[in-house]
Amino acid sequence: MNKLITALALWAAASLVYAAGGHGPALLDANVNLGNKTSLQRGARLFVNYCLSCHSAQYMRYNRMAADLGLSEEVVKDNLMFASDKIGDTMTIAMKPDDAEKWFGVAPPDLSVIARSRGADWLFSFLNGFYLDETRPTGVNNLYFPDTAMPHVLSELQGLQVKHDADEQAGDHGGHAGPSLELESPGKLSPVEYRQATRDLVSFLVYVGEPAKLVRYRIGFWVIAFLLVLLVAAYLMKREYWKDVH
Amino acid sequence: MNMITKGLVGLRDWVDDRFPLMQLWNDHMGQYYAPKNFNFWYYFGVLSLVVLVIQLVTGIWLVMNYKPDANLAFGSVEYIMRDVSWGWLIRYLHSTGASAFFVVVYLHMFRGLLYGSYKKPRELIWILGMFIYLSLMAEAFFGYLLPWGQMSYWGAQVIISLFGAIPWVGETLSLWIRGDYVVSDITLNRFFSFHVIALPFAIVGLVVLHIIALHEVGSNNPDGVEIKKNKGPDGKPLDGIPFHPYYTVKDSVGVIVFLILFAGVVFFAPEMGGYFLEHNNFVPADPLKTPEHIAPVWYFTPFYSVLRANTVDFFGVPGKLWGVIFMGLATMLFFALPWLDRSPVKSIRYRGTLYRSALTIFVVSFLILGYLGLLPPTPGRTAVAQVCTILYFLFFFLMPIYTKLDKTKPVPERVTG
Repeated sequence: MNKLITALALWAAASLVYAAGGHGPALLDANVNLGNKTSLQRGARLFVNYCLSCHSAQYMRYNRMAADLGLSEEVVKDNLMFASDKIGDTMTIAMKPDDAEKWFGVAPPDLSVIARSRGADWLFSFLNGFYLDETRPTGVNNLYFPDTAMPHVLSELQGLQVKHDADEQAGDHGGHAGPSLELESPGKLSPVEYRQATRDLVSFLVYVGEPAKLVRYRIGFWVIAFLLVLLVAAYLMKREYWKDVH
Repeated sequence: MNMITKGLVGLRDWVDDRFPLMQLWNDHMGQYYAPKNFNFWYYFGVLSLVVLVIQLVTGIWLVMNYKPDANLAFGSVEYIMRDVSWGWLIRYLHSTGASAFFVVVYLHMFRGLLYGSYKKPRELIWILGMFIYLSLMAEAFFGYLLPWGQMSYWGAQVIISLFGAIPWVGETLSLWIRGDYVVSDITLNRFFSFHVIALPFAIVGLVVLHIIALHEVGSNNPDGVEIKKNKGPDGKPLDGIPFHPYYTVKDSVGVIVFLILFAGVVFFAPEMGGYFLEHNNFVPADPLKTPEHIAPVWYFTPFYSVLRANTVDFFGVPGKLWGVIFMGLATMLFFALPWLDRSPVKSIRYRGTLYRSALTIFVVSFLILGYLGLLPPTPGRTAVAQVCTILYFLFFFLMPIYTKLDKTKPVPERVTG
C-alpha cells in the first residue's frame, strides 16, 4: 500500500509544485461558473459589444457559440453578430494587424485562448484594475498589467478609479500591503454590478478558450463510472483465476 | 455454435500450417512462464505498452487534421480542439499520454534499480530499454514543437542551441539541425517527419526486441531468484505460472486502475496545473518575443537542472559545454549499470544498507533536480542543484565500490511470494 501511495504521489507531483510567478499585486478571484448559461450569455453580449471591434476570437464560430449557450441562430444573428453575417463564420474583425499596431503601438491579441494563457483570475483582475494615470496616452493605467496599451473600454460601465499607494493606506487600514483602487466617478453600473459583469465576461472567455470544457466533465464522469464497474469485474476474474496459485 | 468453433479451429490450423502461429502464442503468452511473485512495480512494463498504443492510435488521428506549417500549425491544433468531432478528446489523450509515458517509464526503470533487473543475464534487455528511453526523449522533444506555441518554439530554440556549445563544429551542427538560422517552418517540417515516422518506427522496433530478449532469458522478480533453476519433473519452473491467463487477468486489473487515473487527468485536469500543457504554449510562437522564463516539460527538468548547475569554467572548458557534457552523461550512465554494479545479489530485499542508502539519495536528488528545473534559477537554487548533481553522479561513479563493500543477505532458493 505504501508503494502505491508513493506512485500516486509521483503522478501528482507535477500538480503540487506551483511555479512562483508572483511579482505584482495578488490577483482577484474570478470565481467562474461555466454551468451558469445566463452568465455566459451576458458575457457574450459584453464581448461582442466591447471587445470584438479590436480583438478577434478567430477560432470561435458563432453557430458553435449559439449551440453551446442555448441560443437560437436567429437570436445570435440579430443580437450578437455585428462583424459578420454568416452564422458559420469565426469571430474575426475588420481591423488589420498592421493598422492596429500603428494606432495602439501593439496589435490587440486574438482572444480565442487568452483565458488558457493568462488564466481567469488574471483577466478578471485586469478588467477591474484600471485607474486614472495622466502620464499614459490612454489616460489610464492598470494595476495588474502596468503600462498596458489598452484603453479602459469598459469605463462607461465602471466609471473611473484612482490609485492609492500602500503608504497612504497604512494610516487607515493598518495591515494592508499593496496599493488599492477607489472609485472616483461612478459609471452606469454599481461596483457590485460591474464585478458581476466582468465575471460574466471572463466566464465567456474561459468558455471560448475551450468550448469542450462544457462537455468533458460530464463525459469524464461516465467514463470513470464505467471503468470502475469494469474494475470490479476484472478484479473478480483475477481472483477466480489466481485461486490455484500458491 | 459447433459449426463456428469448427470453422475457427480449421482456420487456425490452416494458418498454423503456413505460419508459426501457435508457436508464437505459446512462446510469448500461453507457455511463457513468469515468476508468480510479481508485485506492484511489475505493472509498469505492460502500462508502457498500453500508453504506446494510445499514442500511436491518437497520433494517427491527430495527423489527419494537423498542419505542419508555421503559419497554420497553431490554428490547426485549435481547429482539432473545436471543429473536429471528438478532436479535443484525441488531442488530450495524446498530450496526457506524453506525460503518462514518462511517468510509467520512470517507474519501470526504477523497478529495474530496485530489483537489479539489469544484472546478468538481462544486460541486453536493459540496454534495449535504454535505447527506447532515449528514443522516447527524442520523440517527446520533436513532438513538443508541433503545437507551435511560445514554449514549443523557445524550448526547441534553447535545446538546439546547446549543440552550439560543442567546439569547432557546434554552430554548423545546430544550423544543420534547424535547417535555418532560427527555428522556422523548415525545422517544424523535419521535426514533424521525425515525430510521426522515424521515431515511432524506432520505438516499436526496439520494444519488439526488448520483449524478445526478455522472453529469451525470462523475467526477473522481487526476490531476484532465477526461476529456471528450479524446474519440476515436467520441465516447467516450479515458481513460474503461464503468462496467459494468470498475468493477462492480473494486468487487466492494473491497466484499468491506470486508465481510471489517466481518464481523471484527461477529462478533469488536462493541463495539470500548467505542467502537462504549459500556459505559455497557448500563445502562438513569436520569433521576436523571448519569454521571460523558458522551462522544459517536467520529464526533462532533472537533466535541464544538471545542465544549468554547471556554471564554472575549468580545464579551459566553458561552463556551458560542461553542462552539455554532464547532461549527456547523466542519461548515458544508465547504460553502464550492469557493469558498475558488483553486488552478488539482484534484489534490494537482500542488499545491505549501502545500496539502499545510495538508491534513496539518488532518487531524492533526481526529484529535487526535477523540481528545480521547473523554476527560474537563483543563486541558492543553483547551489542546491550543484549538490544534487554531484550526488546524482556519485551514485554511478561509486557504485563499483559500495556494491562490493555492501553486506548482503543470503538469497533464498525459491521465491518467497
